[in-house]
Amino acid sequence: MKYLCLVYGEEAKIAAMDDAECMSCAEGLVESGHFIAGEALQPVETATTLRIRNGKVSYTDGPFAETKEQLAGFYLLDARDLNEALDKAAKIPPARVGSIEVRPIRELQPD
Amino acid sequence: MTKATGQVHQQIEALYRSESRRVFATLLRLLGDFQLADEALQDAFTAALKQWPLDGVPANPRAWLVSTGRFKAIDGLRRQSRFVQGIDEFADQLEVDTPDFVAYADEDIEDDRLRLIFTCCHPALAEESRVALTLREVCGLTTEEIASAFLSRPTTIAQRIVRAKAKIRDANIPYQIPSAAELPERMSAVLQVLYLMYNEGYSASSGANVTRADVSTEAIRLAELLLDLNRDSNADTEIAGLLALMLLQESRRAARSDAQGELVLMADQDRRLWNRDYIDKGVVLVRRALKDGRFGPYSIQAAIAAIHAESVSAETTDWAEIVGLYDVLLRVNASPVIALNRAVALGMRDGPAAGAMAVDEIYERGDLADYHLLHAARADFNRQLGQYQAALVAYQAALGYAQQMPEIRFLEKRIAEMRAKLTK
Repeated sequence: MKYLCLVYGEEAKIAAMDDAECMSCAEGLVESGHFIAGEALQPVETATTLRIRNGKVSYTDGPFAETKEQLAGFYLLDARDLNEALDKAAKIPPARVGSIEVRPIRELQPD
Repeated sequence: MTKATGQVHQQIEALYRSESRRVFATLLRLLGDFQLADEALQDAFTAALKQWPLDGVPANPRAWLVSTGRFKAIDGLRRQSRFVQGIDEFADQLEVDTPDFVAYADEDIEDDRLRLIFTCCHPALAEESRVALTLREVCGLTTEEIASAFLSRPTTIAQRIVRAKAKIRDANIPYQIPSAAELPERMSAVLQVLYLMYNEGYSASSGANVTRADVSTEAIRLAELLLDLNRDSNADTEIAGLLALMLLQESRRAARSDAQGELVLMADQDRRLWNRDYIDKGVVLVRRALKDGRFGPYSIQAAIAAIHAESVSAETTDWAEIVGLYDVLLRVNASPVIALNRAVALGMRDGPAAGAMAVDEIYERGDLADYHLLHAARADFNRQLGQYQAALVAYQAALGYAQQMPEIRFLEKRIAEMRAKLTK
């Protein structure tokens, strides 16, 4: 089953983390066969939010919600069940300064 | 209905009460889905009601029920397969993956109960859902019974249970006994649920409190089961500690309210009403827990409860020992409620002035500002010191936060006493 691990944290604290440590976390997940995708994100000040209302696209500078903790990156993992996904998510380094939201992936069911 | 049929029906009813949650736990492991397992359980008992009066009661009724439930579920899925794509494959898979009933040994069935407990108490579920789900699925209480125990509406409880089951299904929370490495942490989540459950049933309530006592009894029963199934594991010390704590608290149930249902404080309780059986069992368990180095907060609290249980009066209680145990407990778990209990014990050891000072310290830190027992403790020390005005104010503050009827009546009585003292 697939789980998306959303990495949240205060940007200053996330920025202070060691990239090499995050890299080796990802490599470990690749080796164990749990890694599907994962990236770190640029800070929220680079974000643009768009929405379509009445057929018109509008854009705003910044993220969808202004909160202290920002989305800083993600991992898409393949795990046997939630226990395994949580176990892997606990090893993501920013868990120590921010938080990791673990969400199961919903399969789209057309028709 | 013939007499023989009536007897078989009675037997099935008794079996439903004693075995249905075990059968359910095994069906849940086999079928992997709450709803499927629930339907399979009902179908199995319906089949028993039809077949047993004709064919006789099978040698191993539990295995028969599991086997029949599993068969009915697979059969039911096959019949839906014309309408829902992919269900046939699911049914085939189930048939292959799950062994036939001869393999359902008794220890497997107990393991299935344990799996179910760990699933219902999974830390990924909301705390209040864990308690409701455990009472519903493990203990077999109805939604109405749970609601009445929690002074809540049945629809609220039903929603909590539905939401928890949906999360178990959609997030794929497994039915599984945690590995030895995870066991202590996961066990502590289970123990927390049991203690919440126990306290819910123990806190005094007005009038019909039958269900509440039942909830406490269920918590004790589950702790006994857990201890049985985890003997010599790395998590058994705190199970023993919690079981001891619950038994020792339970031993005082008959003494803690009078004939009118009014609250009786421990110092004023008739200790002859304390249940010696529970005390003896509890004390043995505490000793065992304290002997090995892995004891934690439950064992320490049980040790405190054991000192009370073995004292003939409040005056002769070894308060120094109790304060010392609270100090140990605070080091393990620095909670303000424990600090409050320590302050009260300190007052018993060193007198009301020392107690008042310790409680005021907690009060001034702003912890527990909305906890009625903090204000009640302040009030009580002030009363003992003859400072009735301060006591009155604190009792009134306590009254503002109290929720249980007997506690409210108790505080109102104290407030009236303080008023009388002040007008003299």
